[in-house]
Amino acid sequence: MSLRIVVTVKYVPDATGDRHFADDLTIDRDDVDGLLSELDEYAVEQALQISENSDDDVEITVLTVGPEDAKDALRKALSMGADKAIHVEDDDLHGTDAIGTSLVLAKAVEKAGYDLVISGMASTDGTMGVVPALLAERLGVPQVTLLSEVSVADGTVKGRRDGDAASEQLEASLPAVVSVTDQSGEARYPSFKGIMAAKKKPVQSWDLSDLGIDEDEVGLENAYTAVESAAERPARTAGTIVKDEGEGGKQLAEFLASQKFI
Amino acid sequence: MAEVLVYVDHVDGAVRKPTLELLTLARRIGEPVAVALGNGAADTAATLAEHGAVKVLTHEAAEYADYLVVPKVDALQAAHEAVSPAAVLFSSSAEGKEIAARLALRIGSGIITDAVDLEAGDEGPVATQSVFAASYTTKSRVSKGTPVITVKPNSAAVEPAPAAGTVEALSVTFSDQATGTKVTGRTPRESTGRPELTEAAIVVSGGRGVNGAENFAIIEALADSLGAAVGASRAAVDAGWYPHTNQVGQTGKSVSPQLYIASGISGAIQHRAGMQTSKTIVAINKDAEAPIFDLVDYGIVGDLFDVVPQLTEEIKSRKG
Ligand SMILES: Cc1cc2nc3c(=O)[nH]c(=O)nc-3n(C[C@H](O)[C@H](O)[C@H](O)COP(=O)(O)OP(=O)(O)OC[C@H]3O[C@@H](n4cnc5c(N)ncnc54)[C@H](O)[C@@H]3O)c2cc1C
Ligand SMILES: Nc1ncnc2c1ncn2[C@@H]1O[C@H](COP(=O)(O)O)[C@@H](O)[C@H]1O
Repeated sequence: MSLRIVVTVKYVPDATGDRHFADDLTIDRDDVDGLLSELDEYAVEQALQISENSDDDVEITVLTVGPEDAKDALRKALSMGADKAIHVEDDDLHGTDAIGTSLVLAKAVEKAGYDLVISGMASTDGTMGVVPALLAERLGVPQVTLLSEVSVADGTVKGRRDGDAASEQLEASLPAVVSVTDQSGEARYPSFKGIMAAKKKPVQSWDLSDLGIDEDEVGLENAYTAVESAAERPARTAGTIVKDEGEGGKQLAEFLASQKFI
Repeated sequence: MAEVLVYVDHVDGAVRKPTLELLTLARRIGEPVAVALGNGAADTAATLAEHGAVKVLTHEAAEYADYLVVPKVDALQAAHEAVSPAAVLFSSSAEGKEIAARLALRIGSGIITDAVDLEAGDEGPVATQSVFAASYTTKSRVSKGTPVITVKPNSAAVEPAPAAGTVEALSVTFSDQATGTKVTGRTPRESTGRPELTEAAIVVSGGRGVNGAENFAIIEALADSLGAAVGASRAAVDAGWYPHTNQVGQTGKSVSPQLYIASGISGAIQHRAGMQTSKTIVAINKDAEAPIFDLVDYGIVGDLFDVVPQLTEEIKSRKG
């Protein structure tokens, strides 16, 4: 038996950098260094663990939709241990929203061939956390999302989803779309050997025509949502900062009382 | 007047507070029509009516509890067909966002998530969002189809606004996908007796500086003196000192209370992402250089083991 896993990974601006909007109100990617979204490292990690715990022949493909530099994210995932990579890149993709991104990912996943798709819980820039659900809807396969524990055996994926009101055990037949949280287990660091090996692993590039997607289905002009304005949040007015000289708790209580919290 | 669908988040008929906030926002756009699904659906009607629902569409079926997300998408799609609303609103829970996204795709609409405010506009509702860890505020709208919008808890006040709240049965046919993901077990989260983290007016959080699970008793005592919820940084959660359900930040809960008190938390960008929109922010940290102090209205540079118990005592004595 063989198991084909596709991991969707996003190349995002570093969250610890000073992120801004470009003139067209898309994310400015020039200001801040990009990297593989940390939350997608957890998805790569779970794919690797499923592979390590499986008797099947497992092939892990990492897939990204993004600009030229997004190759860096693929390299990182390959150096962690994925087998091959697909980069969907096209100038017409600039400004594509979640609905459009899910279309491109769905077509690419179908073209690549898959038994299991693993995504991160959310991208660290957009933070919508909706692409995995959209992908499952488009592919017409079960959605097994926000798992903090995941396992695959005998054509079935099982996992634990810790929700607001309850912790749920989930189960679905493959093919399926899974997303994993940052509670699923620390992602490994690429080893030196892994980094060297990654240089020789295949990275395929596809554009929209390879996927049979029309340019008027994606991009900023065709997005389903429009950002009308973006304003930097005014810096909070500097607060009062007091050094505790033994009365700090009482001073704080006085402040809370003055604000009517007590 | 146009109707606005509001998805009801409830537990066995008990409506959760964010849904009542949605009704406040829905009334700015049109007449709220609530959709309540699953066990106890009809029991939600009285509360929803008090807060402005003109109609409550209900449907009970075992599928809503036994399978993940998709049965609810099927029901919302049926409600969308029945009502032709001006917008569909959800609260921004993990599940709310997933139902909303799949609904949007099915009805050919755009989706906006995590709105913190909503107003009527000439071309449909305008949503305010707080992005890049709340360093920017954007205004957006859905430009195709029926706007589907998820709203963060604590984005609007709960307001009484009595309306008819007529209960109508919704007719739902489940799709082939509905039974794709089976829920084989469910362990309800134990109640702590404290307010729900995302709904609380005051949140008291502890971080790595709390230095041990047993020391969280100090944080809990402060929280209890204020009737607050307890939060934790990821460092405290990863150390196993406090449950993940209480984590505040990018990969935990996003909170927007009237008052946020951070003790022993440095204020990393991922933590700020989940609390920066709090109205008043207070921090206790022994490092005067900690980035959390950039956000505070009032900060104490000091040892939390001295400051927090003193604060708790003072609050108790003032409250008598
Ligand atoms: C993808 C990703 C997602 C993340 N998501 C989250 C998230 O959701 N939530 C989150 O919180 N973090 C998140 N993080 C982690 C985040 O980057 C920080 O590591 C974390 O917030 C640090 O927690 P902390 O402030 O408690 O610990 P530290 O940064 O170690 O700070 C501890 C602070 O306590 C102070 N202190 C120590 N002892 C005392 C004392 N006795 N009295 C007073 N002060 C004291 C210290 O001066 C210090 O400032 C995420 C990181 C990544 C990469
Ligand atoms: N452009 C993209 N390329 C590849 N994967 C993506 C892309 N955008 C989103 N994803 C995947 O979808 C998950 C959720 O993203 P989001 O819904 O944008 O928060 C991410 O963790 C990724 O696994």
